[in-house]
Amino acid sequence: MTETGTGRAEPVLPTPSHTVGPFYGHALPFPGGGDIAPLGHPDTITLRGRVLDGAGEPLPDAFLELWGAGPDGEVARIDGSMRRDPASGGFLGRDGVEFTGWGRVQTDAGGHWSARTLRPGARGRCAPYLSVCVFARGLMKHLFTRIYLPDHPAALAADPLLARVAEDRRATLIAADRGRGAYGFDIRLQGEGETVFLEYQ
Amino acid sequence: MTLTQQDIDREIAAERAAYAERRAGGAPVEHHPRRDYAPYRSSALRHPVQPLVAIDVGEDPELVELRSPAFGERDLAAGDDDLTRQHAGEPIGERITVEGRLLDRAGRPVRGQLIEIWQANSAGRYAHRRERHDAPLDPNFSGVGRALTDGGGRYRFTTVRPGPYPWRQHVNAWRPAHIHFSLFGAAFTQRLVTQMYFPGDPLFPHDPILQSVTDDAARRRLVAAYDHSLSVPEFSMGYRWDIVLDGPHATWAGEGR
Ligand SMILES: [Fe+3]
Repeated sequence: MTETGTGRAEPVLPTPSHTVGPFYGHALPFPGGGDIAPLGHPDTITLRGRVLDGAGEPLPDAFLELWGAGPDGEVARIDGSMRRDPASGGFLGRDGVEFTGWGRVQTDAGGHWSARTLRPGARGRCAPYLSVCVFARGLMKHLFTRIYLPDHPAALAADPLLARVAEDRRATLIAADRGRGAYGFDIRLQGEGETVFLEYQ
Repeated sequence: MTLTQQDIDREIAAERAAYAERRAGGAPVEHHPRRDYAPYRSSALRHPVQPLVAIDVGEDPELVELRSPAFGERDLAAGDDDLTRQHAGEPIGERITVEGRLLDRAGRPVRGQLIEIWQANSAGRYAHRRERHDAPLDPNFSGVGRALTDGGGRYRFTTVRPGPYPWRQHVNAWRPAHIHFSLFGAAFTQRLVTQMYFPGDPLFPHDPILQSVTDDAARRRLVAAYDHSLSVPEFSMGYRWDIVLDGPHATWAGEGR
């Protein structure tokens, strides 16, 4: 057991997850949530996709969180993703210079989301990827997946997770190259072409 | 065909019986809801049917998911933790103080992390454009709060007690009063969004969202405790709610668990 300042920590049972419901929109999304890349950075990539349900219908009430390393493979430890204006309490947006690595984007009425971030570098034994956490009304517990970039086939072939995923489902984890640093990545919660979702142990 | 509360109550009972049977057959305690929970209709087309792929974080301590995004004072504005003082006037309702600790499964405090909350006003109405419940809006209440946990993992919000609200899934469907919480831990794997309830609410047995947590002990962990010592004299009633994040983090991987 780990000693804490105030006494001995005891193992405890987890608080159950619950759906975000339909009304998080005035609380969680923030202006510039998907503008993760510092302005004018040469390693900027653009991501765009849709979130779809088991009937192939787009979700207008989902949001994603993206979390990735910088181009050098280092993980940012910088706050300021949702900088606030001390005078008005409103959102200032990111400072355009620092890279926090984290962003939050809502789907629009057509189920589309988009974000600009930096091309992640490789870490550990994995090919470069962005970690994604999906939330939606109707989803009792968030879902994790990964966006791998298609640019380095050799690195993808050596990735320990991709190696374990059935070949016919592997493509759901790899973004489509749309050229000039743009990538497409749809998330299908259920059914035909269902995205591979992950759990960490 | 009109879906009634009785129909939903029967489905909830069937899910409870199915869980009891799984437990009797030696299945593990389910601390979280199943993503496929029929009494909550919106889950039907929004849960994966393929099994999740498990990642053993002990095999690669460098995973980005074992780190967490950082938040700091720049991400907050003064008064974010006091929802009763975000407008020119006072919101209507019973003022409450909600305090607790953010912990990991080992019982260790999660320090300096972001907690976001959102809730309906005291009449049960959200300040959201898509909200269709015709209870009155309160011009002095947005129902949105943020705080960073302190050195002991503690957080504290001042707000008004939210009202219950109808939500149209079935005839006479009412959500028990609740506050939505969004939490970050020491690793992205510990991310949690959940809801805090108030003790003794008669709507508990009828709400498919709360009942989606079929384990009795786990469900009780979503209910705050009335704590008289947290009441602020002549101002607010006090509730205590500790939150425990699930999921591995970097220290676990480092310890080679
Ligand atoms: Fe709600």
